[in-house]
Formats: sequence, structure tokens, C-alpha cells
Amino acid sequence: MTSFAATTGGADAAAAAAHARSGRSIGVVVPRLARFAEPLPLACGRVLPEFELAYETYGTLAADASNAVLICHALNASHHVAGHYAGEPDNVGWWDNMIGPGKPLDTDRFFVIGVNNLGSCFGSSGPSTVNPATGAPWGADFPLVTVEDWVDAQARLADRLGVRQFAAVMGGSLGGMQALSWAVRYPDRIRHALVIAAAPNLSAQNIAFNEVARQAILTDPDFHDGRFEAHGVKPRRGLRIARMIGHITYLSDEQMEDKFGRELRDGLKFSFAPEFQIESYLRHQGEKFAEYYDANTYLRITKALDYFDPASTAGGSLARALAPAVCRFLVVAFTTDWRFAPARSREIVKALVDNHRDVSYAEIAVPHGHDGFLLDDPQYLAVVGAYCDRIAAEGAGAAHAAPGAGAPGPGSG
Amino acid sequence: MAPYLPSAAAAAGRADFATIGAWIAPAARVLDLGCGDGSLLAYLQRERKATGYGIEIDDAGVLACIGNAVNVLQSDLESGLAGFDDASFDCVILSQTLQAMRHTEAIVNEMLRVGREAIVTFPNFGHWTHRLQILRGRMPVSSSLPYQWYDTPNIHLCTVADFDAFLDQRRLEVENRVVLAGGRSVSVLPNLLGELAIYRFRKA
Repeated sequence: MTSFAATTGGADAAAAAAHARSGRSIGVVVPRLARFAEPLPLACGRVLPEFELAYETYGTLAADASNAVLICHALNASHHVAGHYAGEPDNVGWWDNMIGPGKPLDTDRFFVIGVNNLGSCFGSSGPSTVNPATGAPWGADFPLVTVEDWVDAQARLADRLGVRQFAAVMGGSLGGMQALSWAVRYPDRIRHALVIAAAPNLSAQNIAFNEVARQAILTDPDFHDGRFEAHGVKPRRGLRIARMIGHITYLSDEQMEDKFGRELRDGLKFSFAPEFQIESYLRHQGEKFAEYYDANTYLRITKALDYFDPASTAGGSLARALAPAVCRFLVVAFTTDWRFAPARSREIVKALVDNHRDVSYAEIAVPHGHDGFLLDDPQYLAVVGAYCDRIAAEGAGAAHAAPGAGAPGPGSG
Repeated sequence: MAPYLPSAAAAAGRADFATIGAWIAPAARVLDLGCGDGSLLAYLQRERKATGYGIEIDDAGVLACIGNAVNVLQSDLESGLAGFDDASFDCVILSQTLQAMRHTEAIVNEMLRVGREAIVTFPNFGHWTHRLQILRGRMPVSSSLPYQWYDTPNIHLCTVADFDAFLDQRRLEVENRVVLAGGRSVSVLPNLLGELAIYRFRKA
């Protein structure tokens, strides 16, 4: 039975990584910081005069820079995608089961870049870093950034690292949305997009869950309109509840039932202390999260999720929105994912088929719900592995040379 | 990685590849339903510069298609072709799959909705060896029907004469019909001597 590595990042991923069937860990990795002095215009109308991105790289960039793969992270993960830090063997990257020597995305062949998004709290410019204009942490003043802003910032990092065109951009959940956005925003800079456990936009229900999580933070007396650092406090209660809500949506009903059911810790006490195992599990996850995560970041990243909607700028037509994309696609969904259900991935597939794009779609039968994209299902890892093998076999020569699936659209018609 | 076990039909199918390939216009846009490991699509891409997608429900088939550099969409054909617009393909192929489908008539309708024309291939139940086995009181087992009665996926077997009647009753226009035995076209008594039937048809 699969261990319950319920997680969207952090050290929990170590449990999942322990199940990796083949390949080795990339070993010790080193986070880096890239500073960008050129201003970055944002979707909200504001401009970041300068910014920093935390990133890691694994493998070796080919002489022609054709083997670079960008990994985009989901809600609360980071640039620490694979390997571990020196002296911290348990601090394993969140997609270590996917990326490393001999793993599905093989670092012996690909140069892999993990990047931390703007507005995050793991090193890139965000609410907890210093605003150069004031010399104090940005806090609540950090702009609301969008998926498109992240992608634009990532493109600057690609420039810096000498990557003109990615062999692939790949991500799960919110990371998959970034891969999709890359394909549309920088069509000539990406040969493949791997869009995993994603959606073309959030449903009303998805936004509703995000709003409840945000309200938990915004109404925490320790939030202080986002200026909690000045008060020497942290809205832990809000973060805890936000994480508990999020966690419910990452798991399937089936998996939760299987793992916890109605199991009690120590009988009924007729109290509000945690009695059911699921209660203590959620509280534990919430506690952990509140320690390492930033409330202003959580608010911003959930907003970036809510705002993502490429079709909205194309008259509501996802097909028209995706028309500029000319890369090849692998779309993967998980049968028990009710947060971003397979039907949402099929919307992406249909829009690509309507544009005659090369796309493959795999629907992975797993019990784990949305978290499936982080875990070790043999079919899932094999599908991604086979697709990456194909990317490697094509090499750079395939750069948009293929006509697509009979594509009449822009870029190939 | 689990090896993909092609159906016996697919293994025997190289001859029908050539027949189908001859009917596919260069650079045609093709949808292959129940595409298995994608070998037919790979063949059509290579020989006819065709483009398009395969649909496959089986995990091993999907994985094999990805390895074969064929576009594959994992989906259950029984739920129809809702992901495809009307007349969005030059040709929709159903190779050695019709006999295993529950909603036979519905899938033929769907094929002619999304495709300008349809190609269907199936093992001919009317082949003399099958008839002989039934006369002997046993369910037929052969190279084209390699299953025992209790483990067969085939639930809608038919003969060449049956399929002729099926198309005729629906006023569908048969553009080509080839019946193969041992990889060669059979023109004399095809319903008795043919192992594999290949039809190309469209709305009249």
C-alpha cells in the first residue's frame, strides 16, 4: 500500500520519493538567486522595478542549449524540485521521484531548472523580501501577481541562463497552468508542454474554496491587514485553517476514507479536542504549514489561481486562446482528482485538438485525488518517462519543424 | 514498464495497414479509434504523412503510443466522440475494435459525424473454419479470433454479409470493400474464405 505522502510540497515529498522505482537522487543541490535589474510590468498595472528569482538547476546544459526543461511549481512548493541540500538529507525536492539520473525526467540528458515564483516565500521577491524602495519587507504592499507575470519572469531567467528555447516546460496543478501559459505567451520558446493535473481555469467551487481559505487568513486578528510582521505576530490560525481546507481538496474522498475512515484516536470524549484521526491529521498539516508559509504569499498565490483564465482574453474560447501555441503537449489527469477533474484536462485537450495541435492525453487511475501528480504511480511515471524519452530522441531538430496534427493555425499554417 | 501486448488482430494486421494506407489521401487528418499501440497511425504518418490522433482506453496501449511518437488520447469509445467537432477529420478508422464494442451502431454514427468517411475492419465470423467449428458444436477459435468463449472481448461478431446488410439498411455508401485471407485479397466467396474484412464507407 502506498504510504500516505499527502502533500503539495515540503519534506512530505520525501515519503513519496522513497517509493521511486528507478533512477537515483541527483544528490546534493544548491539553490541560487538571480537578480534582475530591468523593470517587470505586471498584469495588475504595477511595475516591479527590480526582482530576484530563486532557482536550482540539475544536469548539464547542452552546448546548443537545446536540452533545458523548466519545472513550474504549484501553490506552496518552490524551486527545490529534486535532490537535497548539503547536510539536510531529509529536505528532498518536491518532485524528486520524477527528476534525477535515470528518472522519468532524466537529468543525465536534460538540464532541468526549478524556479520559485514571484510573490512566494522561499527566496524569490515576494511579501517577505525587502522592497528596495523602502528598505523594509514588502509585506502587504507586494503586488498581486498572475500566472502570466510568473511566466514573464521565468522567461527572464531563461535568458539569463542562455536558454533560447526550452525542450519542455512542465508542471503539475498551478504549475501545469504555467506550462500552458508558456505555450501561449512564448510559442517559439518551448517545444513541449507537460500539463499535469491542471485546469484551463478555476471553477466557481475552486474559487469558493480559495475564498474560504483567504477569509480564514484575512479575518485572523493577527493578520493586521497584512502588516503582521510590524506587530511581531503571524496569522497562524488563518494559515492553519487555509491549509486544512486546501488539504481536503487535494485528497479524494476514497483515499481519505481508506486512510482515516471514522477512526478515533482515543474514543469519544464529548469534547472539541481532536477525536477523529482525520481531525488530528488536518490539524497537524495546518500546524506545520503555518510555521513555514507566509500569509501574504498564500493570499497572492490563491488569487493567481483564481485569475488564471486564458479563454477570458479570447472571447471565452479556450481554443482561440490556445491557438498561438505551436508546441507539442502531454496532458495528464488523475481519475479521482475532484479539484481539477479529468474533465477539465479534457477541455484543454479539446481546445488543442480543435487547433490541430499534437497532443497526447493520459488519464491515470489512482485513488489519491489531486495529490496524485506528486506520487508514484507506475503508469504515471512511465507515461511521463516515455514522453521525455521522445523529447530527448527528437532533439533540437524538431523545433517546430513538424507540421503539428495537420495544423492550419498560426505558426504552422 | 509493462510490455504492450498487441491483440492478435493487430499482429496479423500488416496487410490491412497497406489496404487502409492506400485509401488514405496524402496528409489526411485521421482519427484511429481503439488505436492499441499506435502502430497503424505510425504507419500512416510514415507512409502517407497523415496527421491526427489515436484513441485508446488501455494503459499499456497509451504508454506504447507515447513511445511510438503517436498522438494518443486516453478515452472510452463507448462514451462517444464528444471531444471532436463534426466533420473535423478526413477519415475515422475503427480497426479490429467494432466486434468488441457494446454500442456498435452508436460508434458508427459518431464516426460519420466527426469524419468525412469511415474505415472499419473486423474479423470475418463467416470464415469457413469458424463455420466448421460451429458445425462440430464448438465456439470458433482461430488466428483471427484467438479467444476462448469465456475470455473473449468480442461481443458483436459479424460476417461480411452481416456488415453489408448493416450498411445497406442505413443507406451508407460503401466506397471500397476488401476481404483478406493470409494477407491477400479474396474476391471469390469472400464471406466463406475471408479472414479480415476492411470497409471504407460514407454517408450517401
